[in-house]
Amino acid sequence: MKKKKIKIMIDGREIICFQGQTILEVAKKSGLKIPNLCCHPDLEPSGGCRLCLVSIKDRKGFFAACSTKVENGMIITSDSPEIKKLRKINLEMIFAQHVESCRDCMRSYNCRLLNLAEEYNLDLGKFNDRKKDYPVMQFGPAVIFKSQKCIDCRNCVEICQKQGVGFLEIKERGSFLETGPSSEENKDCVYCGQCIVHCPVAAFEEADSVKSVEAAIKDKKNFVVFQFAPSVRVSIGEEFGLPYGTAVTGKLIGALKSLGAKKVFDVSVGADITTIEEANELLERIKKQQKLPMFTSCCPAWVRFVELYYPQFIARLTSVRSPHIILGGIIKKYVAEKEKIDPKRIIVVSIMPCVSKKYEITRKELKLGNLNPVDYVLTVHELACLLKNHSIDLNFVKEENLDQILGEPSGAGVIFGASGGVTESALRSAIRKLTGRKNARINFKKVRGLEEIKEAEVKLGDVPLRVAVVNGLGNAKSILENNPKHYYDYVEVMACPGGCVGGGGQPVPTSSAIRRKRAQSLYEIDKQKRVRLADDNPIIKELYEKFLNKKEVVHKICHTQYYPQQKDKITIWKKQQNH
Amino acid sequence: MNTILKLKKANLLGRGGAGFPTWLKWKLVKKAKAEKKFVICNAAEGEPGVFKDGFLLENFPEEVINGIVLAMEEVGAGKGYIYLNSLYFEKYKNNLKRIIGKKPIVLFKKEKGYISGEETALCEAIEGKRAEPRNKPPYLAEKGLFGFPTLVNNVETFYCVSKICKGEYNHTRFYSISGDVKRPGVFQLPESAAIAEVLKTTGNYPDFDFYVQSGGGASGEILLKEELGRPVSGAGSITIYNKERTDPFVLMGKWADFFMKGNCDKCVPCREGLFRLKQMIEKKNLDKEVLSAILFSLSEASFCSLGRGAAVPFRGFLKKVMNIEV
Repeated sequence: MKKKKIKIMIDGREIICFQGQTILEVAKKSGLKIPNLCCHPDLEPSGGCRLCLVSIKDRKGFFAACSTKVENGMIITSDSPEIKKLRKINLEMIFAQHVESCRDCMRSYNCRLLNLAEEYNLDLGKFNDRKKDYPVMQFGPAVIFKSQKCIDCRNCVEICQKQGVGFLEIKERGSFLETGPSSEENKDCVYCGQCIVHCPVAAFEEADSVKSVEAAIKDKKNFVVFQFAPSVRVSIGEEFGLPYGTAVTGKLIGALKSLGAKKVFDVSVGADITTIEEANELLERIKKQQKLPMFTSCCPAWVRFVELYYPQFIARLTSVRSPHIILGGIIKKYVAEKEKIDPKRIIVVSIMPCVSKKYEITRKELKLGNLNPVDYVLTVHELACLLKNHSIDLNFVKEENLDQILGEPSGAGVIFGASGGVTESALRSAIRKLTGRKNARINFKKVRGLEEIKEAEVKLGDVPLRVAVVNGLGNAKSILENNPKHYYDYVEVMACPGGCVGGGGQPVPTSSAIRRKRAQSLYEIDKQKRVRLADDNPIIKELYEKFLNKKEVVHKICHTQYYPQQKDKITIWKKQQNH
Repeated sequence: MNTILKLKKANLLGRGGAGFPTWLKWKLVKKAKAEKKFVICNAAEGEPGVFKDGFLLENFPEEVINGIVLAMEEVGAGKGYIYLNSLYFEKYKNNLKRIIGKKPIVLFKKEKGYISGEETALCEAIEGKRAEPRNKPPYLAEKGLFGFPTLVNNVETFYCVSKICKGEYNHTRFYSISGDVKRPGVFQLPESAAIAEVLKTTGNYPDFDFYVQSGGGASGEILLKEELGRPVSGAGSITIYNKERTDPFVLMGKWADFFMKGNCDKCVPCREGLFRLKQMIEKKNLDKEVLSAILFSLSEASFCSLGRGAAVPFRGFLKKVMNIEV
């Protein structure tokens, strides 16, 4: 449907815009600043914070710009003494809900509340803190909810519902209706972390691993190895003021080296192995016509979602481990032996766009004897904090290369970071394996992009393979509930919108425009790569020759199992912890 | 003459509180083109001092249901709802079901909270969602219950519709009278009657110093003795307060409590403003500047009419009874 062009005026400026847009959208696009807190482009505007108030000529009262649609000829005023007065009192009351702990807050260097407080010259002593006795809660090993910082915008509840999880809900507390975790026995968090990236005031945070990693680096006994996930290279720059989606692979490696990393590897190399194993498993299942459709499993939030809510589908998940777990195993077994390092001394730190990876590494079945393939997970945002703590500015870091024992990834390994990437990589490999052709098909553009459910039919030899690529758990839910075996053979699911580029551990802000830029950047890297097929990657060939050459080793390093899960414990601290 | 014209001629205004012309509301829903339409009778009645809908459900349920049926026929709605607060639901469900018989009208038990009587919030509740007010536009006449054009009217409005169509309407309304009075109850009197007249006719005019809250025992406006020459507003209630015996802080605290319990806590002015107001009342610390800012935000920046209306009694009371102009 073509949208009708209309003309409006904001603060004396004539603006051409489209019918159906909100005043706030138009203002943002035109570079006009209207203050707002609760509005997020991923969600329907709730109109709760009442900061984006404007007045409209010939209409009585004030209107929330986030939820008022533009109309032809509208004359809008976004600032006046009255509007200022309203914004100021509303901000003061919001501020009095939010117990500031700026010193401990991981987002204080870019805090929307603080910026507004300054702009509106708030009297922060006008009201006492309403929530000072509110508890801090931790969900599993992954997500922390500091309820004394919550400003009740309910974005977290909305996104949790949209994700089809519904763990966060509105509950009664005295005369207030507030956000909190569900106490229902069959509802639990899957640790996707979308609440974190949709919270405007950092009431939700990832469980902090920065201190532990700092301590691990400091301890000279340790041999600390960093590995970073595909999407990290195109998002970490944003934390240092670079444009959305800027690829900074070399600088990222340099920064990790300056932190004290003994070695730096690329999880995309692990992704190349995941690809090969997953393509094999897919071909096997298709041959036997068993356990179809096969579901991907690199996303631990998705895996937990299946294990908690749809255990009947557990057998459909591919048994292949996620890329960083595979690479972690290779580091502790293969690299350790080759470099003659005691594997017990090796600490593997994964830099992930993800919060649920913190949970994944606690899964017991992933252990290799006494060794954990990965010891710590830092989100992109945590890494940025860690670098800033050590005065390392990505902008001024020297670019460095990966440690070559584990080589370079193929383009297929890099696109894992975007929704559709796993599928495209696996298809490249599966078709190569089936046809043996050197010039097998590389590009599968139908599975790319941010669309929530993408479908494609791909010829695997003579057999048509029906593929679905899903991002956002809410969409996965609708696939699961509609008899997937009738429609698909292979289904990729990523819990977060857009896949890992929109992960819960990514920098804030996030939006579909930002996710698109990050994804484009990954596909650009893929395009530039000489090697675009996992099977053609020399290091992968070498690993299969020298290390992954026995069935038992492949099984141990690259495959895993899944189990129906119970509700995890919620830890509650009555008062805020000082850490 | 069709029903809408009759309503227009009778100049019937909605009796739920907002006083919107009933004929216009009907016309908008009738005009809307859609495969389905709904009519909802709002019997959520929940404000202190307002109890006339319960009186009508007790005494004239046939008239109310007849009004609903007339509305469904006129606007072309295939299904009707009666949205009852839990007390009324339990008390009247059997009788109402008996009268409804095979007509396509169903009873719905209201969600907790005063806000779930707001017309868009009650649509959300019937849809099984959290009872929160919706953004307007779109108005219910275009996109109401389940996205279809919907007519929501109050119990008393439907009663009047029935009477108008039968030619028995004589421009009366039902007054809920309560507070420091001798004869509390529901009284049927002309809609144009002055408040003083209503009090006198019903034998309720006080012989002590007093003030009145008109149109709702929480959101109604405060009127002094000398202001009672006007007709009642809102939902048609009159609450009398004995000036000497009423503790102003207790009274304001009650209002604040009522709104805090009954609101949806979605928007800042209503959620935080009422809380801060309550705090100031409890501490008896009425800082004029802060009060003025909070009430300004409440009345001008609240999401829905509950918040905007909540400022009314405080502002009037502070000015007229406590001599604090905010």
